[in-house]
Amino acid sequence: MTVAPYVLAVWLLLVGLYGVVTSRNLIHLTICVAICQSASYVFLLAVGYRTGGTAPIFKGIPLGKRAVDPVVQALTLTDVVVSVTVLGLLLALALKAHERNGTLDPQELSEVHG
Amino acid sequence: MSRGIRLGIFAVGALGLALVLAWGVAGLPDFGHYPGPYGTVLNRVAVPERHASNVVAAVVFDYRGFDTLGEELILLAAVLGVALLLRSGKESKEERQPMASEAVRAVTARLVPVAFLFGLYTITFGPVTPGGGFQGGVLVGLSLVLLYLGVDLAAFRAVTPTPVVDLLEGGAAAAFVGMGLGSLAAGMAFLQNFLPLDKIGILTSPGSINLLNWAAGIEVASAFVLLFVELLNYLEAPE
Repeated sequence: MTVAPYVLAVWLLLVGLYGVVTSRNLIHLTICVAICQSASYVFLLAVGYRTGGTAPIFKGIPLGKRAVDPVVQALTLTDVVVSVTVLGLLLALALKAHERNGTLDPQELSEVHG
Repeated sequence: MSRGIRLGIFAVGALGLALVLAWGVAGLPDFGHYPGPYGTVLNRVAVPERHASNVVAAVVFDYRGFDTLGEELILLAAVLGVALLLRSGKESKEERQPMASEAVRAVTARLVPVAFLFGLYTITFGPVTPGGGFQGGVLVGLSLVLLYLGVDLAAFRAVTPTPVVDLLEGGAAAAFVGMGLGSLAAGMAFLQNFLPLDKIGILTSPGSINLLNWAAGIEVASAFVLLFVELLNYLEAPE
């Protein structure tokens, strides 16, 4: 099954989107967005993997040894950290929505205008 | 819009998306057989060229430093957004204790210095061994948050005065941008190395990657502390 990691990434994205669409709670919705984002990490790391490759850190191992792709690792590593702060921003928005409307249910929020 | 219609629209859209993604996946190289030349070349040249034995750190802070600048600014913007939304200037006077058992408090209080030191180590040696400013910054920031859980709110506030953390957050982002603009002004490429390289595998080996690494570490650590402070102040604020 050489496509299993890619299928996992697609499945995570779709499940996360389903959660976003059906969510009845803004905190839950934030977690669903995080799951969608995790799909991109699984995908990036899966694309860059090379069978038998080590981590691309050449300390104590000879240069030229088969290693996984460092670029996707760098992209994933910075984004894992940054995404947490973005989730913090989403949670802050959820708190403000609750303060104004007294509810965390996005389907009730949509009935509030102005 | 009713729940039924919403789910119907989602089903159609998700099916379309799934088909397009499946089409895309079908065209990908087999798992474990990554053919891209960029990463392969970097794995060969990054260590001799940048003297950073951690190629991921060399990518983050040199080859794709501009991309990292973007990530850092997203981080800064997110934290600014949280502060703008939640900061009221009011701090709770009553020091409510976190709900943690004696066992959690006893272990956590002793873990704080260990986690903090490990975070500093992870940042410092990031360009040489596994680690770096982003990972270590998270550890440093959250080890300070553990003070709240393991000791009390007063101890956490004493160690993280908000004006100082604000300054570190903004200053570190400014330092990262400043180093990029500085190298441009000196006639070099954006974020190009401007410090002497040292023997591969030691702390001073990768030149200015170390400075960018620390800027990222300080920014990430401050961001995590600020996020926690803002949420805490908001939830504890007097009505």
